[in-house]
Order: sequence, then structure tokens, then C-alpha cells
Amino acid sequence: MKELKVQPIKDGTVIDHITPGNALKVLKILGLLEKQPDSIISIAMNVVGKRGKKDIVKIENRELDPKEVDKIALIAPNATINIIRNYEVVEKRKVMVPDEIVGIVKCANPNCISNTKEPVQPKFIVKSRNPLKIKCYYCEKEPEDISSQII
Amino acid sequence: MFKGRDIISIKDFSKKEILHILDVAEDMFPIAEGKKKSNLLNGYIMGSLFFEPSTRTRLSFEAAMKRLGGDVIGFAMPTTTSIQKGETLADTIRTAESYCDVIVMRHPKEGSARMAAEFARVPIINGGDGAGHHPTQCLLDLFTIRREKGQIEGNKIALLGDLKYGRTVHSLAYALALFKVEMVFISPPELQMPKEVVEECREMGAKITIKNELDGLEDIDVLYVTRIQKERFPDPEEYKKVAGSYRIDLKTLEKAKEDMIVMHPLPRVDEISPEVDKTKHAAYFRQTFNGVPVRMALLALVLGVVE
Repeated sequence: MKELKVQPIKDGTVIDHITPGNALKVLKILGLLEKQPDSIISIAMNVVGKRGKKDIVKIENRELDPKEVDKIALIAPNATINIIRNYEVVEKRKVMVPDEIVGIVKCANPNCISNTKEPVQPKFIVKSRNPLKIKCYYCEKEPEDISSQII
Repeated sequence: MFKGRDIISIKDFSKKEILHILDVAEDMFPIAEGKKKSNLLNGYIMGSLFFEPSTRTRLSFEAAMKRLGGDVIGFAMPTTTSIQKGETLADTIRTAESYCDVIVMRHPKEGSARMAAEFARVPIINGGDGAGHHPTQCLLDLFTIRREKGQIEGNKIALLGDLKYGRTVHSLAYALALFKVEMVFISPPELQMPKEVVEECREMGAKITIKNELDGLEDIDVLYVTRIQKERFPDPEEYKKVAGSYRIDLKTLEKAKEDMIVMHPLPRVDEISPEVDKTKHAAYFRQTFNGVPVRMALLALVLGVVE
């Protein structure tokens, strides 16, 4: 019998098709470890699926609001969110880049007010989704390489 | 329409709104000159928070407030305040707003005015945020062009000098594109107008020519000169060469149209020779004065005293 690397979960959320190597960043962006310190979370990295390698995150007994998960679209644009109830997928959808990105990407402009000790989180407005273009809400600069600016 | 609004970037305003501000500024003109007295802003206090040096912006805002019967509190350098003790801008704004009805600020960080507006209940007017925006300069430039030339549309306007780093020219190019004017961008190759500004202006319907040489002034209606900063050039010789080639003097103006005006946001260093000051082309000191009626209009509008 083939051994399952990650067991199916009874209830909760599975984030599938995460860009390989980014599962830990996904956890960080979603703040799951801080918000749900007692949740059982399993992570599988570099799993070989039909479409090549991917990472998977499974969160037991917690149904994440898909909108909340959209925050990860910047680092895992192909990810899917599956809500599981009694081992069945009851809801499935792809992540979508939200209109506003708060606290995930740092502004590349060293002279931007969001890069100071001021009590503000970096905030970006999404100008276009394909290709992805974002603009700092404060200084209006557009980062050329978004992935290198992820906090 | 304007009551309680922040003035952060010229891009926050439509063409119709810009024209309304200019119309109100026109009404304010005799008061700015001191020919007419006004108590329009009697009982109102403007907080003037200048974290960076300024001559024209700060003085003209204070003059504007006082000419309208209002009062001014604030600082011209942050060294005399708790910022020196490490207080954040956010806390400084929350403190200042409890003492005044409107805040005018200049700060070295880009996006600082936008952030201040998030913390303040009173309107914030951006008097320059680093290399970011300077919307009141842009409005007074438009006001000057309209006043000097009768209208903004239909003019051929050349922007000369440091078009890469100069914050005023980016906003001005955008605002002029709203009026679909023809523009010529003249700068050394290393200080060219950023590509995204050029593209945006073209998309808005403005006809644009990009040049390195200061020539062909024969059909220019407005020559807008900006300062080229020495520190932008690693080689001082290179700076001298560039700065020298863009110096406006009587000889440069020989071929210019009779009614071409020369504008400059000031301070100037040596890009316009003092001999030009006496010619009919020199509009830069009138432009400086125009900061007062334009800022009067903005104060009266955001305080809701004028609609």
C-alpha cells in the first residue's frame, strides 16, 4: 500500500497548488501560527502533482475565509482554497489578487513614509492583475520586482 | 464639494475641480494684493508644519491665511519641537490638529502627507512631500499660465531642465495633459522626463516632443524653467556643461515670440540670468505672487467658507 505523506483532513481548509517553496511564507502571511497557535497545521513541500511540484498547507478544524486567503495570491498565484467538511470538498476556488495589499509587500522606495518608524503598515493599490502591477498607496512608486519586496 | 478635503496630489482633482479652484483664486486676487480687505477666515487657525526649509510655500500660505483674517500657528524647522525627541509624524499631526482647523505641511518623506491625512480629522494640504507631490505649486503654475495667456488650452509649453527628479514638473505635465496642451520636454539625456509620465500624458491626449537642445523657441508660448541640481551629477564638469547650455539670457530670448513668458518655481541659481528679470518675458515673480491667491482659494474651499 502506498504510504500517504500527508493525511486527508476531516474538517478545515486545504490550500493547494502553492508555488513550491512558499508554504512557510503562506503561513506567515496568513498569520496562522499567531492567530491559531493550537491549530493542527500540516505542510507538504515540493510534492509532485499532476502539474509538477507544489506545496500544500492543511489547517484542521478551521474554515478560512477565502477573501482572507487572497492575500497569498502575490506569492502563490495558482493556489486553490478548499474547504473540507467531513472529508468532502464543499467549496473550492482559486485565489484572487485583492484590490488592496496591506502589510505583505514593503515599499522599495527608501524615502517612503511607510519605511519609517511611523505607525503605518505598507499598503499597495493593485493597478492591474495581469500583468500584476501594484502602486504604493503612500509614495505611489511601483516596485519592479514584487517578490523581492515581500516582507 | 471641497469642504474637509485633503489636498495631497493634483491627481486627486478633476479638470473641472481645478478650474473651480482657479476661479476662486481669481476672486481672491485683489485681497491677495491688499487692495481689498477680508475677514472670510476670521476665527480659523491654520497649522503650518514645515519639517523642511521653505521660503515661498510657507510665507505665501501664512500671507494667504492672514489676508483672509485667519491666524497661523506652527513651526518652520522641526528642531524646536518634540520631533527632536523622536516623536512620530503621526503623533505630531494628532497633536497639531487639536489646535487648528487646517494643516499645511512639508515633510522630506514621500507619502508623508497622504499618511498624515489618515490620522488627521482636519484637512491636510501638502506643501511638498520629498520628491513626491507639490499640488499647490502646480495649481499656482496653472493659474499663472491662465492669467498671463488668457487660457491654458492652445498654448505650446516647454518644460526645461531637470525633468527626472523635479517634483513640480511631473505634476505640472500631468495637469497640462488634462488640458491637452502641446508640450516640449527639454533636458539632458540623464535628466529626462520619466517614461511613465510621458506615456501617461500621451494617453491623456497631449502632444509631446522630447529634446536635448534648447532651440526652436520660435513657437513656444510658455517656457517653464527648472533648477538643475549639482548633486545629480557625479562629475562637476559635466554639470557645468549642462547647466551652461540651458542658461536663459537675453540672447536665448532673441528668437522667442514677443509674448512668450518665462516661468520658474524658484529658487533659481543661475539658470535664468538676472538681465531677463526686466524683460516682458519674465513671469516668475508674478508666478510667485500667484501662490497667495491660489492658497487663499484652497484654504477657503477646504474650510468650507467658500463653495
